[in-house]
Amino acid sequence: MSFRNYAPAPESTAILNLRKSYGLYIGGEWVDGHGGSMTTISPATEMPIAEISLADSSDIDRAVSAARTSYDTVWSRMSGSERGKYLFRIARLLQERAREFAVAETLDNGKPIRETRDIDIPLVAAWFFHYAGWADKLDYAGLGVNPRSLGVAGQIIPWNFPLLMLAWKVAPALAAGNTVVLKPAETTPLTALLFVEICEQAGLPAGVVNIVPGLGEVAGKALVEHTGINKIAFTGSTAVGRQIARTLAGTDTRLTLELGGKGANIVFDDAAVDEAIEGIITGIFFNQGHVCCAGSRLLVQENIHDEIVEKLTRRLATLRLGDPLDKNTDIGAINSKEQLERITAISATGEAEGAHRWTLDCPVPDKGFWFRPTVFTNVSTSNTVARDEIFGPVLSVLTFRTPDEAIAKANNTPYGLSAGIWTQNASRMLRVADQLRAGVIWANTFNQFDPTSPFGGFKESGFGREGGRHGLSAYLATGGAR
Amino acid sequence: MTETSDDVLALRAARLYYDESKTQDEIGDLLGITRWKAGRLLALARDSGIVSISIVDSTSEADVHAVDGILATERSRAHGVTDSTSLRAFVHGLPAVDAIGLEERAARLATRSIKNDSKRAALDTIIRLIDLTTLEGADTEGKVRSLVQKALLPDPADPTAPRVAAVCVYPDMVRHAIAALGTRVGDGVTGIAVASVATAFPSGRSTLEVKIADTRYAVAQGATEIDMVIDRGAFLSGDLDTVFNEIVAIRRACERADGTRAHLKVIFETGELRTYDNIKRASWLAILAGADFIKTSTGKVQPAATLPVTVLMLEVVRDWFVLTGERIGVKPAGGIRQSKDAIRYLVAVAEVAGEEWIHPHLFRFGASSLLNDVLLQRQKMTTGHYSGPDYVTVD
Repeated sequence: MSFRNYAPAPESTAILNLRKSYGLYIGGEWVDGHGGSMTTISPATEMPIAEISLADSSDIDRAVSAARTSYDTVWSRMSGSERGKYLFRIARLLQERAREFAVAETLDNGKPIRETRDIDIPLVAAWFFHYAGWADKLDYAGLGVNPRSLGVAGQIIPWNFPLLMLAWKVAPALAAGNTVVLKPAETTPLTALLFVEICEQAGLPAGVVNIVPGLGEVAGKALVEHTGINKIAFTGSTAVGRQIARTLAGTDTRLTLELGGKGANIVFDDAAVDEAIEGIITGIFFNQGHVCCAGSRLLVQENIHDEIVEKLTRRLATLRLGDPLDKNTDIGAINSKEQLERITAISATGEAEGAHRWTLDCPVPDKGFWFRPTVFTNVSTSNTVARDEIFGPVLSVLTFRTPDEAIAKANNTPYGLSAGIWTQNASRMLRVADQLRAGVIWANTFNQFDPTSPFGGFKESGFGREGGRHGLSAYLATGGAR
Repeated sequence: MTETSDDVLALRAARLYYDESKTQDEIGDLLGITRWKAGRLLALARDSGIVSISIVDSTSEADVHAVDGILATERSRAHGVTDSTSLRAFVHGLPAVDAIGLEERAARLATRSIKNDSKRAALDTIIRLIDLTTLEGADTEGKVRSLVQKALLPDPADPTAPRVAAVCVYPDMVRHAIAALGTRVGDGVTGIAVASVATAFPSGRSTLEVKIADTRYAVAQGATEIDMVIDRGAFLSGDLDTVFNEIVAIRRACERADGTRAHLKVIFETGELRTYDNIKRASWLAILAGADFIKTSTGKVQPAATLPVTVLMLEVVRDWFVLTGERIGVKPAGGIRQSKDAIRYLVAVAEVAGEEWIHPHLFRFGASSLLNDVLLQRQKMTTGHYSGPDYVTVD
C-alpha cells in the first residue's frame, strides 16, 4: 500500500444545524424575498444545501430603510466603546463556532476545509477583533478631527471568500458607526445567513446588519441605485465594477471597488528556490485560484526557468484534489458550473494560441465541478492566458532577463492588485517593489492577509483600501465632510 | 650498599635508553652493571609494561595531514569540487533557504491527517525505521542487552509488532550488542543493524587520529553503521576543508579488512549550526565527502531534530537524487518522542523526498522513548482503548 494514499479524513457535517430554507434578514427579522428563490448547492457534489429566498428592489428598499432607522435611532448615537463591545462579542462568537463556519463555508463554496479552518475563519475573527479595537479610537486614527460615520453602507461581496469578504466589509463599517445592507454572492449565501445567528447571539440591535441574498442584476443593481445609500463597497469583477462606477458617477454616494487582477509573481535567480516553489503554488493554487490577488503570471528569470518548472511540476504532483471536506485535500472544487466553463474555455484558448499546457494527472470525482491544476509554459505576453484574469487554478509562466524587464512585464497589465518578488537580495527587492504598480506586494511570500494591512488595487483593479487604518477611513467622513 | 631491585633498575635503564638515547654500554657504566645486564633490563622494561612501544602505520592518514586543500572524492569530482576553492564556491553557491517559507512548509505538512488504516501502517513503519538508542555515561552490558531484547521483540504481548532497524550505542558497548544479537545482526532489513557513534561523540572535539581510532575500534567490534559528528567549530569558522577531509577519513576508517564497509551517517548537530543555510551547506558538503546518511543531531544539544530541518535535508537528498540518481538517507534524531510527531516526519519524507525513502536503508528515527509511545498507539488501535505506560516494557 502506498503511504501517500492517506485514508479519508473527512470533517463531519453533523456539526451544522441548517434550515431547509432561508429568507432575507431585514430589521432583525427573517422575511421572505420577492425575487423568487434559488437552491444553493455544494459545488463538490452538486447536492442541494438549502433553499434561498431572493430579494427584489422592494426588498432592498425595505432593507435600506431598516438600516437607516437603526442608524438614526441606535447605532450612530451609540458610543464607540459600546459599538466595540458588540464587535468583540461577534469576534469571540465566531471563534467559538469556528469549526461550524469552516464546514459551512467548505460545503457551500467548495474550498478545502484546511483553508477554511486554518485561513478563512481565523481571519474572519481577526478582522472583527481588529476593528472592534478601533471603534472607540476613531479620533486617534490620524484621520483628522472628529471623524463621522457615513450612514448606510451597501455592500456587495463575491463568492471566493464569502465570510471573509463579509468580515472585510461589515467589521470596519460597524466600527465606524455605519449600518449595513449586505448582498452575498449568488452561489455562496450560506455563511452570511449563518452570520445572522452570530449577530443575534451578540445581541446586535435590529437593523444594524441586514443580509439580502439576491441576483446581481436585480438585488445588486437595486442596492447600487438606491438613493438612501451613503456608501457602496463592492468586491467582484472589473466589468461589474465599471457599471457601478457609471451608476454612481455624479452622486454623493461614496464608492470603493476591489476588482480583478492578474498578479505577477517574479522569481529572480537568487531566490530561495524551494520556498519560491511553495510561494508560486500558494500564489495560484490557493483557493483553486479563485483569488483576485492570485499570482497568476509567473515571471521567472530565464536562466532558472527550466529548474523552476521542473521543481514546480514535481511538487504539484503531491497536491491532492478531491472532497473539500477531507482534511488532506489541497485543491477543492471550482465554485460553479459557469466558472468551470470559463476556466475551461480560456485554457483552451491559451493552448490554441501556442502555449504548452501541463495538467496534473490526478483522478477527479464524478460529480461536482473540478479543474485539474494547470501550468502553461512557453507563454507569450500577448497570449490570452497571460492577459485575462482566469480566476482558476491556471498558472502562466513567462520569462525575463533583467530586473527592468521583469518590472516592465509585471506592470504590463490593465490590472494592478498584487505582485510577488522572490529574491534574497534585499536592495533589489525594495527597488523592484518601488516600481511595481500594484496595491499589494509580497516579498518571499504570497497571499498573506492580515487585518492590520491595507489591501486594494491600482488601475483597473479598483480603488479604496480595505484593512487597517486605511480600511477604516473608507467608512468615515473627515474634515467636516459628510 | 642496598640491593636495588631489577624493576627499579629497569626503569632507570629505560629512561636512559629511550629518553636520553644512551647506548647499552653507557647504561652499564652509569648503573655499574654489565652491558648484557643492561640489555636484559631493557627487555624486562618492555615485557613488564614499563615501556610500551606502538607502531603507527600512518600511510593511510598521512595524506589527510599532507594535503593542503581537500581529499576530493568521486562524488565531489563529478560536481567539480576538487579543491578548497571549488568546495567553498559550491556550498556558498547553493540557493538560499528562506526560514519563514521553510517553516511554513513544515507546518503545512504537519496538518496532514493520518487516520485508520493509514495510521496503523504508519505506526508499524515507524518501528521498522527506529534506531533504538542508548547513549549514556551509565550504559552497561546489562542495559545494552535489554535494549537489544526490546529491539528484537518490541511488544512481548504482540509478536506482530515489527523489529526496529538498529540499535545505536557507544563504541565500547558494540560488542555487547553484537553478542546479544548473535546471528540476528543485519542491515536494518535483513536483521538488526548495530550503529555506533564515533569520532569523539558528541562534541567531536578531539584530534583526527583519535576520531579515526574511535571509528576503527567500533568497526572492529562489529558495528555495521557509524554515526560520526562533524567538526562544528571548523564549519562555523569557515574551515570547510577540515570538515570535508574528516568525513573522507572516517569513511575510510569504516572500511573492513574484507573490503566491505560500515555505513556512514554524518551528524551535523543542527542545533549548533543554527541557520538553515548552514544546514543546507553542511548537507551538500557531507554528501560530496561520502556520507551514506545525513543526520540532524546527537540528541545532546537542544534543539535536536525539528521538522523544518528534516524537510530541508529531505529537499537536499531529493535534489541529489535528481542530479545523480543516487539516494542518500536522512536520520532525524533527538526529541521525537510521540507517534504523532513521527507520523508528521513520515508525511514529510513521502511528500518531499518521495515514498522510496520510507525504507530502513534511507530513513531512520534516532530515538529511544518514541518506541513505547508507538507501541501504546498500536495497542490502542488493536484493542480500541488506551492502556498505559505499564503495558509497555521499561528497558
